Amino acid sequence: MHSTSLLQRGLVIGLLSAGLAACGGADEPSSASAKAKDAVQINPDPFPSTYQPIPSATTVIQNVSIIDGIGGLLENASIVFQDGKITALGNDIVMPENATVIDGKGKWVTPGIIDTHSHLGVYPSPDTRSHADGNEMTSPVTSQVWAEHSVWPFDPGFQRALAGGVTAMQILPGSANLFGGRTVVLKNVPDRTMQDMKFPGAPYGIKMACGENPKRVYGNKGGPGTRMGNVAGYRKAWIQATDYKNQWDEYYTKIDAGEDAQAPKRDLQMETLKGVLEGEIIVHMHCYRADEMTVMMDVMQEFDYQIGSFHHAVEAYKIADKLRDNNVCSSMWADWWGFKMEAYDGIRENVPMVHNAGACAVVHSDSDIGIQRLNQEMAKAWSDGKRVGIDISKADAWQWVSANPAKSLGIFDQTGSLEVGKNADVVLWTSDPFSTNAQAEKVFIDGGLAFDRNDPENWPVSDFELGQIAAGDVK
Amino acid sequence: MKRFLLAIFACLTMTAHGAQFAIVGAKVHTMAEQGTLEEATILIKDGYIQDVLKGSQTVRGYEQINAKGKVVTPGLIGAYTALGLKEVGLSAGQVDSSVDMEHAEHLTSLGAALDVSYAINSDSSLIPVARIEGFTAAATNIERSGFLFKGQGAIMHLTDDDALLKSRAFVSVDVTNSGADRVGGTRAVMWPTLINALTEALEFDNEDWDGMLSKADAEALSHVVAGHIPLLVMADRKADILQVIALQQRFAKLNVVLVNGVEAWRVAEQLAQANIPVIINPEYNLPGGFDRLGATLANAGRLAQAGVDVAIGMETHNIRLATQHAGNAVANGMPYQDGLAALTSNVAKIYGMDKQVGSIKAGMSADVVIWSGDPLEVTEAAEQVFIKGQAIEMRSRQTELRDRYLDLEQARPMSYVRP
Repeated sequence: MHSTSLLQRGLVIGLLSAGLAACGGADEPSSASAKAKDAVQINPDPFPSTYQPIPSATTVIQNVSIIDGIGGLLENASIVFQDGKITALGNDIVMPENATVIDGKGKWVTPGIIDTHSHLGVYPSPDTRSHADGNEMTSPVTSQVWAEHSVWPFDPGFQRALAGGVTAMQILPGSANLFGGRTVVLKNVPDRTMQDMKFPGAPYGIKMACGENPKRVYGNKGGPGTRMGNVAGYRKAWIQATDYKNQWDEYYTKIDAGEDAQAPKRDLQMETLKGVLEGEIIVHMHCYRADEMTVMMDVMQEFDYQIGSFHHAVEAYKIADKLRDNNVCSSMWADWWGFKMEAYDGIRENVPMVHNAGACAVVHSDSDIGIQRLNQEMAKAWSDGKRVGIDISKADAWQWVSANPAKSLGIFDQTGSLEVGKNADVVLWTSDPFSTNAQAEKVFIDGGLAFDRNDPENWPVSDFELGQIAAGDVK
Repeated sequence: MKRFLLAIFACLTMTAHGAQFAIVGAKVHTMAEQGTLEEATILIKDGYIQDVLKGSQTVRGYEQINAKGKVVTPGLIGAYTALGLKEVGLSAGQVDSSVDMEHAEHLTSLGAALDVSYAINSDSSLIPVARIEGFTAAATNIERSGFLFKGQGAIMHLTDDDALLKSRAFVSVDVTNSGADRVGGTRAVMWPTLINALTEALEFDNEDWDGMLSKADAEALSHVVAGHIPLLVMADRKADILQVIALQQRFAKLNVVLVNGVEAWRVAEQLAQANIPVIINPEYNLPGGFDRLGATLANAGRLAQAGVDVAIGMETHNIRLATQHAGNAVANGMPYQDGLAALTSNVAKIYGMDKQVGSIKAGMSADVVIWSGDPLEVTEAAEQVFIKGQAIEMRSRQTELRDRYLDLEQARPMSYVRP
């Protein structure tokens, strides 16, 4: 896949080098003045990850077909991982000592599936009003809320997704608001707290929304009531955020110059938007229609930020060239359509047509059922493309569910492909995962065996299901 | 190859009605006594299946359609849909699968009398989308209603005209948590209301009616309690499903079909004994409510293994995904033939339509699909669909949009590009 949009633009690199280390210009201790030392520092990570990998053994899966996630298909090959990292893969590997060896004859190995769009934990099962914490529908701009503060880690949906080979996912707020709040990336190792699942080093995202949801929700509550009202709302917020950013920049400039300066008043809403303008927070924008996505790319240019991915992007096929030129990924369903007007022009070939234009295509779920079979959603899109002459290899298509989502979430340096040095987020499939019959047999996250279909005693069971009917049953 | 086939089919479209032709050489799942034939010839005449012969046969007077290497099934039947009743459900105008109770009171108090056969629009864009993927017929009915009953559903062919196969073909009722929520807020109100309504309907007299039920409701339900048409009951938890079984026993002729049945596997033996078929979404495996805690992907397989007739296909815009649902049921323990039956013969049987549709044998409507391969595989597709012996045009609004945008390099604006 040639469209490594975020990497090409340096967004991810910027994020990783400067991103979570410190904020603004405060990472320059050279001005040793007392003033600089006392400068107000905003902690960019007040809810830090406490994730611990599941203990792992040195593991070799051999005689297996491997999709490496960067376009390669290795037949009859082996993969080795040790201490949570991939240490070797190929046809000619050196067998490590004391390794657990798994014979993969007839089976397939792929990178773990990464879903860019999930509401697990924030709209959990059971679907009760008291647990529906996914959308702060109290104002069109709620960039101050963070989805991680709504995540209920005992949502049984996490375990279901794990059985489908999902190793990481982005949890987003809902789409009622123009700015819905921060997203969070989780490792799919269900544990006691959100922090226990939080993906270390993953940048934050922000959920934004186009189209009919904001106007439906706020039309009778002070607006926006139209799509033009939506756009006015984004622009107003970006103007405010630019001003806020300037205040902080000015503050740090003065501090650095050894002058007296009063720190601006913190504003959580603006802090998130400032993070976007500084390239630290990635925009994930719910947007169906081609014309609206194009308007949003103009807004993006106007205020000089980057949209990581349009979500749903049901009409992405109509502007695949523009998406390519603007380096914006599209997170899409294989075939959902028609449930509302902005989804009425959905077609089965959306994903391969976007890919074929050289733009970045992602297959996402937005569903606690769909997330369990993203390999099948990818396979459908792949075969639909093939039938209209868009010939994409299986190895390339797999990037729609691992490498491209990882890139659009800013975690491709850690996961999303099977390369030496990367996290051992690995799925062993019972057969070719492009078949309906294939199932995830073993799912490794950071080398730890998180799910083994053949070992029911060790299937994870959420607190909610423990002691209930059929706890620990095949799910 | 595909283009070649399409060329043949294009000719057929114009001549098939009243004509005779043979589909030759495919692996045929008859879903009838002949079972699966590795290579067979299907003779079609005047819109009906005339015969199914073993092997590839040349029969004089029958135009040949070469389907060697392909798989043929009966046309699939949408088991539980609102096809023809809605175009776009949300904020997009009229939806005939949703009931405005306020203005229905002069007709009905319980909703049994609602009749969707008047509401079916065979020009709906959803119909070509469904049929080019192998669906040739569907049960359709009200989806949202505040009444106890969701009215009388219909069976339709997915054709542009003469679509109605059977009106007033079944009555639906929802006794899940959400059903109880709408009727008195508790099952303690809902179930006596349901039982009283059916009891009263036993006494329906068209000439002289002064019961508590509206006359229209009583008449609709009289066909149900007489066993002429099935009563579809949506229930999920074990306790509710046991009530459904008890309901069937209480009314001797009642012909109950369980719908949704998330925990049906827990009473699979009882359902099999009571001869109650089940329409399910086999992919539903989350404890979405306290009446669905036992949800599992193994549901379909466990039901089928116990001898329950299972039907699969609860969707409208994406009823086409029922093949994937059935494929996943099979991947999780359902015997393969039961997976196919869940999309064809079992659906026909549930609605009493099995003399007309749902299998490939002499006398059946020639609703036939030629697939590129195994229809339960997500990477395979319907290559040609026949309804009543007519090769349908394999186009929909979606394929038109696709073909318009396949090449973004156009000299003129897209609205001038006609695929």
